[in-house]
Amino acid sequence: MTNFYYPSGSIVHRLSAGVKLAALIIFGTLIFTVEDLAGLGFCGVFLVAFFCIAQIPLRVAYRQLKPALFLLLLIFIAQYFMVGFEIAVFVVVRFSILILAAGLVTVTTRVSEMVEAIEAGLRPLAKWVAIEKVSLAITLAIRFIPVLGEIVHEVRDAQKVRGMDRNIIAVLLPTIIRTLKMATEVAEALDARSFATLDRTRTDKQKL
Amino acid sequence: MNTKDVVYIALFAALLAGLGAVPPLTLPNIGVPITAQTMGVMLAGGILGAKRGALSVVLFLVLVAVGLPLLSGGRGGMGVFAGVSAGFLFSWVIGAYIVGLIVEQNWERLNFVWAMAATIVGGIFIVYLIGIPWLAIAAQMPFLKAFTASMAFVPGDIIKAVVSAFVVIQVKKSYPLINR
Repeated sequence: MTNFYYPSGSIVHRLSAGVKLAALIIFGTLIFTVEDLAGLGFCGVFLVAFFCIAQIPLRVAYRQLKPALFLLLLIFIAQYFMVGFEIAVFVVVRFSILILAAGLVTVTTRVSEMVEAIEAGLRPLAKWVAIEKVSLAITLAIRFIPVLGEIVHEVRDAQKVRGMDRNIIAVLLPTIIRTLKMATEVAEALDARSFATLDRTRTDKQKL
Repeated sequence: MNTKDVVYIALFAALLAGLGAVPPLTLPNIGVPITAQTMGVMLAGGILGAKRGALSVVLFLVLVAVGLPLLSGGRGGMGVFAGVSAGFLFSWVIGAYIVGLIVEQNWERLNFVWAMAATIVGGIFIVYLIGIPWLAIAAQMPFLKAFTASMAFVPGDIIKAVVSAFVVIQVKKSYPLINR
């Protein structure tokens, strides 16, 4: 499966995912306190500098912004006719910077590092959240995405023979039933390997 | 929350991803193209129930946020949550929860009408209730403008609600997961 990670081994890549996420949150908060185009320009230059340090080619950066372009264009047009050119530019530029900043975190951080950062972030909440269950859910979901894609594909092929591969119900229903059956089997296999007792062993260890 | 619940949540999140890869499908006799993914949100609540359904949507959004291109059209990464339409993504969580809640509350008497009430309230009403004000505030556009712009998607959503309700009923008959 593809993802957005662009390896260049820069110092930005080597920063921990948690640091990058925290920086993104701070940057995203600060940018909303900026009230004029000059301030936004400064944020933009700041961000471009980081893209350069991270050695991200222009096309990779553009790919992060591309899905949002159409909506941003619509907003620009609406703003332009309602409140004027300057506000229209301001709003669209601010969102472009924000999307690109988030995109920078995405292209410089591996999915596995992100997942680890989430688990680390949840650790203080261990009292209320069963972290190993969250880990299991994330790992399983990532592992099963290609499998589920394959099931959707198989069901569509089977329905094609019947001339029903464009019929959404004929594709959805068998896909869902197969997914649920598979989920039940996976859960039974996990419990057979004593996943359910993991909580208890953990607490026992803590007591010791 | 036992192992089964965790696995249902995980595999439904994976299913949401799988549905994003499906090219838009058409309904028999109507011919309107429909992206399967947003329907998955109504289905998550309607099939897994409120809590598990909402958690599977949360998990799916987490996978998108950590950098997997799972949204329909191959979109993903942190950037999609910084955009002006991010409110619609977050609304999926509460939407799935509400669909699940209505389905659970009426589980014994669940028929097509009740299922459709659930998918319309949770899958359409709640989604727009959160998504439109978010869009209006984020894009600094008047509420009415954001409202009219979003209304273009309502006819498609109603068809999705009908299809989802039908699927929820069929799954209840053949593989019920909500115990009441």
